[in-house]
Amino acid sequence: MNIIITISITAFIVLYAGLFKANKALLPLTVVGLLTALGFTFCAWNGNAVHFGMMQTDNFALAFSGICIIGTLLIFLLTQNYFHSKSDNIAEYYTLILFALAGMIMMVSYKNMAMLFVGLEIMSVSLYILAGIRKKDFASNEASLKYFLMGAFSTGFLLFGITLIYGASGSFDLDKIQAYLVNSQAVSPIFYPGVILMMIGLCFKVGAAPFHFWTPDVYEGSPSLITTFMSTVVKTAGFAAFLRLFAGALAPLHDFWVAPLMVIVCLTLFIGNVTALFQKNFKRMLAYSSISHAGYLLFSLIVLTKNSGNNVLVYAAAYTFASIIAFAVLILVKQKTGSDSFDSFNGLAKRNPLVALCLTVAMLSLAGIPLTAGFIGKYLMFLNVMTEYKTLLVAFAILNALVGFYYYFRVIVAIWFKDGAETELSTPVQYKVVLLVSVAITLVLGIYPAIILNLI
Amino acid sequence: MEQLLLLIFLPLVGAIVTAFAGKSAKIVSTVFSVASLVLALVIACNFIPNASTQFEVNLPWIADLGINFHAGIDGISLLVVLLTNLLVPIIILSSYNHEYKNPAAFYALILFMQTGLLLVFTALDAFLFYIGWEAALIPIYFICAIWGGKDRIRINMKFFVYTIAGSLFMLMGIIYLYLQNPAHNFDIQAFYALNLDSAQQGWIFWAFFIAFAIKMPIFPFHTWQPDTYTAAPAQGTMLLSGIMLKMGIYGVIRWLLPIVPAGVHDWGQLVIILSIIGIVYASLIAFTQKDAKRLVAYSSIAHVGLIAAGIFAFNQQGMQGAMVQMLSHGINVVGLFFVLDIIFSRVKTNKIEELGGIAKVAPQLAIAFLIIVLGTVALPGTNGFIGEFLLLMGVYNYGIWAAAIAGLTIIFGAVYMLRMYQNVMLGQTNSLTITFTDIKGTEKLVLYTICALIIVLGVYPKPILHLTEASVQHLLEQVNQKLNTVN
Repeated sequence: MNIIITISITAFIVLYAGLFKANKALLPLTVVGLLTALGFTFCAWNGNAVHFGMMQTDNFALAFSGICIIGTLLIFLLTQNYFHSKSDNIAEYYTLILFALAGMIMMVSYKNMAMLFVGLEIMSVSLYILAGIRKKDFASNEASLKYFLMGAFSTGFLLFGITLIYGASGSFDLDKIQAYLVNSQAVSPIFYPGVILMMIGLCFKVGAAPFHFWTPDVYEGSPSLITTFMSTVVKTAGFAAFLRLFAGALAPLHDFWVAPLMVIVCLTLFIGNVTALFQKNFKRMLAYSSISHAGYLLFSLIVLTKNSGNNVLVYAAAYTFASIIAFAVLILVKQKTGSDSFDSFNGLAKRNPLVALCLTVAMLSLAGIPLTAGFIGKYLMFLNVMTEYKTLLVAFAILNALVGFYYYFRVIVAIWFKDGAETELSTPVQYKVVLLVSVAITLVLGIYPAIILNLI
Repeated sequence: MEQLLLLIFLPLVGAIVTAFAGKSAKIVSTVFSVASLVLALVIACNFIPNASTQFEVNLPWIADLGINFHAGIDGISLLVVLLTNLLVPIIILSSYNHEYKNPAAFYALILFMQTGLLLVFTALDAFLFYIGWEAALIPIYFICAIWGGKDRIRINMKFFVYTIAGSLFMLMGIIYLYLQNPAHNFDIQAFYALNLDSAQQGWIFWAFFIAFAIKMPIFPFHTWQPDTYTAAPAQGTMLLSGIMLKMGIYGVIRWLLPIVPAGVHDWGQLVIILSIIGIVYASLIAFTQKDAKRLVAYSSIAHVGLIAAGIFAFNQQGMQGAMVQMLSHGINVVGLFFVLDIIFSRVKTNKIEELGGIAKVAPQLAIAFLIIVLGTVALPGTNGFIGEFLLLMGVYNYGIWAAAIAGLTIIFGAVYMLRMYQNVMLGQTNSLTITFTDIKGTEKLVLYTICALIIVLGVYPKPILHLTEASVQHLLEQVNQKLNTVN
């Protein structure tokens, strides 16, 4: 509870600071606010408190809140030199991101489905505006509109699903729904379509195929910083929400929803990887690769074990930090060259070895090479599914991972082996901090993952 | 215990120091690699030649997942560890006549790879083995793709995707064994003790074997190899052929045979047939090569084919032969590629027909090259002879026809190797080779060392045979015993 209050108050303070043109104070204020929220997250650890029957800050919620807050913090650090060139409404940027974060905290810690809906909407509405915040940019407008229409549509599905489940079980409360499923002799037939509709609604939000069509355009059209936010932190929160519902309350119906989920996973992996292979634009490649990562993340739901939640946490952390590096470098390169195609990364190793090295680590992690966090994430997912000996599914995922190697290594090839313009690429201090922190986290999680394995 | 940790991580420390050494990277990396060699020799001297695992380290690493840092050395490991730590300084010294751009990264990657290789060769925990397996691959990919020759990007991508495809399926096999293991860990002894039925063993066999076969490479998994060897920088080729190839062979001996003996029993014959096809096929292609580097690459496939056949023949001679031949092949092939590199650095070509008469202008190189070629074609009195003789004896015990065809490798090898030698070194000096200068400095040091090893090991192989004998014996007994309980 303290976490949400802190973040919301920070958002309002920042908004007022913007009103009084205190642009220099925005970032420090936000950082202080987020650090305070992070502090509250640590304090609440193992508390397992229930707030008004609506939210439960168990370790699952707190761990995901922590990742979301740290991710947002890193993204805020990337704002150096970013906004001033784009728009004057800097305070609005800060405020909306903070509101979205508050929504996400609700999404990861809801106990009542009403809170899921409220959290999701707070987050989504903020994101609709953020996607379109460059008022005069055509692509940004398109992204915003597409995102809004698709988002509204998916919210409809979600809401309808919630309604049906409420109709069958008589409650919005996750525990009561689970108790209903366990105790009742025959589950009401309207419960099942409710489950499917909720699955569709949430798949829309996390960008899983075949509900992924909005992602590439929205990711490409939005300002890069917002894309970073959407594809990392927002996605993580979406999965946490997904997991809370399906691995928690709906777990007794696992046999029923695992079949459609398996179809979704396979489609997501296949479409995400194969389309990413053909992209010429780095940002679009990351968008498709984020779809494929959604597929790997959903792996944890195919076989529910006590580790499912933790596996998603590890994978989401690995993915978030690697993506933040990738987008940070993208922003730097784009500011310099004005293009986000693969070619603009050519010869990056000569222009700035540090940035090149960081991006390499990120790509290795996204591809899942050992000694990076991405490998541990993928390993846990495979291990989880192998416990029921679904070897064909794992083999399919491995083939997809191979395709993944191919397009991630294209970036590595471009930065190390190809010659490009010999212009120096300078890195602002804050970018250096973000890159080094993310690389450190990626490597530490890859070499000694024991620190995060038993969090939940 | 501390000795082994030091052995594994000294190159890694060296890699980090070298990465920041700037212009003096060459010297720094040489110092570290020589120190590693000394350390390996100390370990070899303290090693008691029996079947036990010595210098064992077992530290918890990722306890929740049953992953331990469990490593140790027995006779079989020690041999490849010695090979690795011997070849790395040789390879680094062999680079002294090159001025690579960005040398710090180059030498750091070589040392980083050494740690990966040593992990593979000492790991007693399947997860650790896998980590080492990949940790050796990433640096060599960068070495070949940054400092390589023509078309290096496409060729190395193929190499990388090929090898990692194999290793991912091996990972799947490892996870399967882990789940079968009631103790839920990756310990090699626990894997040895598993009771898998023959269908399971068949699947596991293929999951592991493909990874190993790609690495060696065994026909028909070899298609990446000639291109990669040719396009890689000389030191990359030496690392690939001299040491990395042994990862596959070692993997078969350490993991495949003892874990799935019934799988090996069922599919071993197929592997021997593939190996023999590979021997003949690679030899025939080697005949027609115009590029000396490519010729040596194909000859390497033929030699590895014989080693694989010897292992899968599964008897004492074949196995011991594989041991000796791993060492000999490593030394000889590095020597061959180094000579070709010397030639290339002087006249910028490895095309056989453009060369000739080098012996007249560079007699010392000619003698060294001759010794290495004779070692490669297994002349009695050289190291190649001991290995190939034992291997053929092993294959003969398995089947006389197999031995007859596999024996062709020696005849074929002699023909194409000596013909290559003749065309490159003998004959008339042409306009290209007239200005050829003889070997000097580190080139001399490296080549003389290699020649000395070839002759010493050829005349007196007993220390090597003695080192591995007990471990090989133990392995065979263990596998046969397990095979009997399955049947």
